[in-house]
Amino acid sequence: MRLVLPLIVTFICGMLMILQFFIPHRPFSLLGEELSDWYMIVASAAIFLGVVNLVQVHLMKISQRAKNWQYSPVVLLGFFVMTAAGAVWGVEEGRPFDYMFQNMVVPMGATMFSLLAFFVASAAFRAFRSSNWRATLLLLSAFIVMLGRVPIGDMIWRLFPGAASGAHPNLVSEVAEWLMQVPNMAGQRAVMIGAALGVVATSLRMIFGIERSYLGGAE
Amino acid sequence: MRKLLEKLDRVDRRVIYVLMALSVFVPLVFRLDFPIPVGGGPSRDLFEYVDSLPPGSTVLISYDYDPSTMPELQPMAVALTQHLFTNGHRIIATALWPQGASLSQEVLSSVGDSLGRTQYSDWVNLGYTVGAGVSVLRMGSSMQAVYPQDRDGVPYDSIPMLRRVTVIRDLDMIVCLSAGDPGIHAWVMMAGDRYGVPVGGGCTAVSAPEFYPYLGTGQMIGLLGGLKGAADYETLVREGAVGCPPGTATPGMAAQSIAHLVIMGFIVLGNITYLSVGKGRKGASR
Repeated sequence: MRLVLPLIVTFICGMLMILQFFIPHRPFSLLGEELSDWYMIVASAAIFLGVVNLVQVHLMKISQRAKNWQYSPVVLLGFFVMTAAGAVWGVEEGRPFDYMFQNMVVPMGATMFSLLAFFVASAAFRAFRSSNWRATLLLLSAFIVMLGRVPIGDMIWRLFPGAASGAHPNLVSEVAEWLMQVPNMAGQRAVMIGAALGVVATSLRMIFGIERSYLGGAE
Repeated sequence: MRKLLEKLDRVDRRVIYVLMALSVFVPLVFRLDFPIPVGGGPSRDLFEYVDSLPPGSTVLISYDYDPSTMPELQPMAVALTQHLFTNGHRIIATALWPQGASLSQEVLSSVGDSLGRTQYSDWVNLGYTVGAGVSVLRMGSSMQAVYPQDRDGVPYDSIPMLRRVTVIRDLDMIVCLSAGDPGIHAWVMMAGDRYGVPVGGGCTAVSAPEFYPYLGTGQMIGLLGGLKGAADYETLVREGAVGCPPGTATPGMAAQSIAHLVIMGFIVLGNITYLSVGKGRKGASR
């Protein structure tokens, strides 16, 4: 029963959502709306599960003195202080929550992502090698797109005699845009169609109870 | 020569980091100003569509990003908000990412105040909702079911500018500023394809390529890709509107230009040493 019940729920919900798409009239439309509301409620509950998990994991790290446990009190302190500030004073502009968000969360988040630039530069130097013709083609495309996505690419191009007054003064950015709109689009479209077919197949397998790994690996 | 190349091949990563930092730092400090030529790409398509909206249109902007991608996406939000407000449109802000709700508040209140636009008449921030694509789908039958109140707790039906917006079809346009999932895919598939609302977007440079198929099929009306897209939009807005304060994307393009040249220089150098010193050492970690 523990296995059958979730399979029945999945089948009914999945079929109802498919039916309400193809038959957008009552009762299917109402059932679809009801299920959407349920989904949002369940997703909200999942946030609380995430919170419980976060606290559990970090309390365990502290109690066991696990590797890098020193960061865990900071995580918990930040979490509880932000939660308390939001719950007590609200999240409106000028309140403590907003002050901490704008002056601590925002700069720290931006800093973390900015570090990527350094790693990208280092990784490109170490690994981006023209080891064969395919890698060389990728390298050339990357160069054109990198130059075409910044103004200096066209500025360099216009230094060539006649380029500035010619028919294509912004040739580098035009070629970069062509690369994005033709070869890139073709590849991305193939990926997107393949992924969509995969999603349809997996969804059908789940609805009909063939794919059960989401239940925790039960056979 | 070979010794020099071997030395370069083993260059300390901290040297790369310092040069990278300088390439960003120097153009910003010395305020290098590079012209931004805007061609006929997806940035201009988005601008022209927004420009063609009749005055008083209601546009939903979804802030689907967090502070980590804010340097690329926040300038887009500012320029877009300036453009919409100067053309007399109303803005509804939503967020499929939790932290997007606070970021949208900052943009709307600062740009709104500078252009004399007021909350609840010209703009409203509905805040964050869970459920990603499902919540967008639900907005198709009732906006109020997803957002019974705005971010500050004001009931949906007591907000004047929302009285004529009951379902997603009542919107004139949607712009999703997205740093990943949930984001543009959800808005295109649910709001655009299912309910026929025109969808535009803005995203980080690294994720821009994956949205080009939507541009090709007309499922998206335009796209701002990374800081370049933001700078394009800033340039177009400043060409058409007098008195708009300068944004942060245009000066950022000088730093990005030099940073790209430095990265390309390192790639060239890496390949010269790779071809000269020997392919056998290509995978060696240092």
